[in-house]
Amino acid sequence: MLRLDRVSKTFRTGSFGGRELHAVREVGFEVAQGEVVSLIGESGSGKTTLGRMILRLAAVSEGSITLDGVDIARQKDYYRSVQGVFQDPFSSYNPIFKADRVLEMIRQRFFPSMGAADWRARVESSLAAVRLDPGGVLGKYPHQLSGGQLQRLLIARALLLDIRMLVADEIISMLDASTRIDVLNLLGELKGRGLGILFITHDLSLGNYVSEKTVVLRSGRVVEMGRTELVFGNPLHPYTRNLLGSVPRLHRRWSEEEDAPEEEATCFYHGAAGRDATWPGLVEAEPGHFVGCATSGTCAPALELVR
Amino acid sequence: MTLKVEDLRVYYRTLKGDVKALDGVTFSLADGEIMGLAGESGSGKSTLGKSLIRLDGRMRHIGGSAELDGKDLPVGDTHAMNPFRFHEVSLIPQYAMSAMNPTRKIGRMVDELLRSRGVAPMRQELERRVGLVGLSADVLDRYPIELSGGMKQRMVMVISTLLNPSLLIADEVTSALDVSSQKAVAKTLLEFRDRDLVKSMIVVTHDISLVYQIADTIMVMYAGKLAEKATADVIVSAPRHPYTQALISSLPEVGVRYEERRLQGIPGRPPSLLDPPKGCRFRSRCPLAFERCAEEPPFAEVAPGHSVACWKAV
Amino acid sequence: MSVVPDEKAAVATTGVRAEALHFALRNGKLLAGLTVLVVLLVLGLFGPMVAAADPNAYVGPQFAPPSGEHWFGTTIFGQDIFTQFIHGLRATFLVGLLGGGIAAVIGMAIGFTAGYRGGIVDEILNMLTNIVLVLPALAVLLVINAYLGIRSIPVQAVFIGLTSWPWVARAIRAQTFSLRSREFVDLARLSGVRPWRIMTREIAPNMSSYLFMAFILLFGGSVLIGASLDFIGLGPTDSISLGLMLNNAARYNALHLGMWWWFIPPGLGITAVVGSLYVMNVGLDEVFNPKLREM
Repeated sequence: MLRLDRVSKTFRTGSFGGRELHAVREVGFEVAQGEVVSLIGESGSGKTTLGRMILRLAAVSEGSITLDGVDIARQKDYYRSVQGVFQDPFSSYNPIFKADRVLEMIRQRFFPSMGAADWRARVESSLAAVRLDPGGVLGKYPHQLSGGQLQRLLIARALLLDIRMLVADEIISMLDASTRIDVLNLLGELKGRGLGILFITHDLSLGNYVSEKTVVLRSGRVVEMGRTELVFGNPLHPYTRNLLGSVPRLHRRWSEEEDAPEEEATCFYHGAAGRDATWPGLVEAEPGHFVGCATSGTCAPALELVR
Repeated sequence: MTLKVEDLRVYYRTLKGDVKALDGVTFSLADGEIMGLAGESGSGKSTLGKSLIRLDGRMRHIGGSAELDGKDLPVGDTHAMNPFRFHEVSLIPQYAMSAMNPTRKIGRMVDELLRSRGVAPMRQELERRVGLVGLSADVLDRYPIELSGGMKQRMVMVISTLLNPSLLIADEVTSALDVSSQKAVAKTLLEFRDRDLVKSMIVVTHDISLVYQIADTIMVMYAGKLAEKATADVIVSAPRHPYTQALISSLPEVGVRYEERRLQGIPGRPPSLLDPPKGCRFRSRCPLAFERCAEEPPFAEVAPGHSVACWKAV
Repeated sequence: MSVVPDEKAAVATTGVRAEALHFALRNGKLLAGLTVLVVLLVLGLFGPMVAAADPNAYVGPQFAPPSGEHWFGTTIFGQDIFTQFIHGLRATFLVGLLGGGIAAVIGMAIGFTAGYRGGIVDEILNMLTNIVLVLPALAVLLVINAYLGIRSIPVQAVFIGLTSWPWVARAIRAQTFSLRSREFVDLARLSGVRPWRIMTREIAPNMSSYLFMAFILLFGGSVLIGASLDFIGLGPTDSISLGLMLNNAARYNALHLGMWWWFIPPGLGITAVVGSLYVMNVGLDEVFNPKLREM
């Protein structure tokens, strides 16, 4: 459905765009219907920039993003099919207006001629889909609602349209643990309804919980991607292993396991030595599991792959 | 016994009335103990952390006392607390990024800070400590803006513990960091205790899995009161309070999948602390609630070193 | 719950203004400021129609304190101060409104565009702003005056307006810049809202009290610049303004002569106009910001 093909983003910084910053480099993956793809990366990995490009909030520098084979830049009414929810529930709402204004904006733009009764039914059904009580959220100001309610209202807003794809950028990282899982389950239900979801997160355990596919991003490049159970069950790239090793887990302490060894200077991703090496792209290590390494001739994990 | 807190109450003054953020908290902290203080937003965990070192303008000390190394800690008196801060009790704030003066080189800033506390600059010791947290000594000649978030956080940790305080309070020190820096910062906290730079530590956090990695004991707070305190393993594996149980089981672990095992959140919201309900404050969200919960359960010891505030657990 | 979502949704759009009005009518600061301002405005607008036509005519005894005949007394030359005050008030409002208004419009247009568009547009507009900012307004005025001559209050106001906008543009640019990166702006874009409407409906309302404050400062600034221009002889010579009255009073040593009635009315007038606007601003802040409303 939604396909990214060698997508890059270059920001011009400095006065009159004197310097270049490569935020995203040659990223390619696909999100199918009824599938959650989690995009995992630390700060500065380019994950948010990717989400913004898919939402057309940032222009693509190189490569293409297509929806059903048509470039998204050329699609009319793109936002009827693709919508987004962002990290901070409190800054997603204009603080001086009531929270339900986000729903009304959808009506003005996309359903200008819909009758009051039809619209009411539509609002009620999408609120029901996110388990919000209409009386509890409509007519309230953002600061009167909880973070979980605000995020669910934003998902309800997206559901007012017959969207096929939702970009969820860190939508639960600011919520409390007890409400976080409910919003995550909601994403699971949405994929059951046939939506494709790009779940952007820095938290590996959350990504693992809901997603079918996982894409691990570092410094703008994909280091490893594939079916979630393969990426988590058999991480091949040292960066992924390190990341997984750093995730705090219940019932198992860090000290009980060895730190993943730092493979310095053998690979584009873990050392400065190979920085200028050309990137060979991703290697399919096993069916549905890709890993990227610049110096695959000398890099230990990459050698293992070839074998 | 390093720290003893007795029935501590701290309220926030607002125009609508007093917010009872910390409403009668009693616990103690042993020598060398790292205690994780966990809870959701509004549970009072940060208020507890802050009230042991500094009350801000809106906080009011209503009652209760704290004792550190046998000496009374004047928590209600901002002025009398001055000699204790930094020397005896130290706090690492959440946003280390903004805790350092951007116009001063770090080394100079530390010297100024020490002088303002009546201590002579101790460059050598400072350099040693900086090395201890895995930074090179030349960060002292750099400006804060030249350091990454994790480096700044570690630098602030060095500064906070420079005078070997008896009690260190770390307030959400890892929540703004990436996974890999989180681990480094958490391990540094452990180092501090193991090297006897601080006697004991309270690590305030919303992330139980993270604090489980380094804490000896975990204390869970809910709506301004203590819910449960036990060793980290007991809290994670055999919690007795229904709130702790629900909280632990709502955490997705690596390996748990939506399709295979659906986790549950806790329905409802914490009560407003402007006018908290009588009895157990978790009652309205609790699956086990019964008539007796209208009466407030005591925070009682159910096993050695394991205290719970729940009628069902007694 | 019996809340009908559709009604609520309708209230959300049409009701914002109605609701603001609801709170505005209950806000003491706003009403007090507005009352003072309206009284002064009415006085300035309609007063001159009733009072004598020429404020500079020598009508009474010289050096007379306030009396039943000359309410605010007379000047050292025997001009009626009340007549001057009323005419001056009108001129002051004109300079403030026109000068402040022009500066506000230019400043907002440039500030919003630069802040929202960013990039090269921002760099060019920023350069323009900085150039005007460092332009020595007084020196330019001397040159302009030498060639064109500024002989009427509107021309003076236009000149003030054209030179005093840069700081507003810079301030609004910075504010817009920080608001633009907020997620609700992205969400509005995802709702298909056009840039112009995002600026006017999403960003500007968040700064409404700030914009009003900027206008008040520009208003007060214009009044004061006007007064100093008058003083150095670059103002209109045949009319009167509160600033000109103050300067006249100062020039003829009203303070030393104990003629408090000469300088207090114009001083109080300027203070009252600017002060009431300021109090209104604080009130408006409470009306526009739902969080402040509850405190």
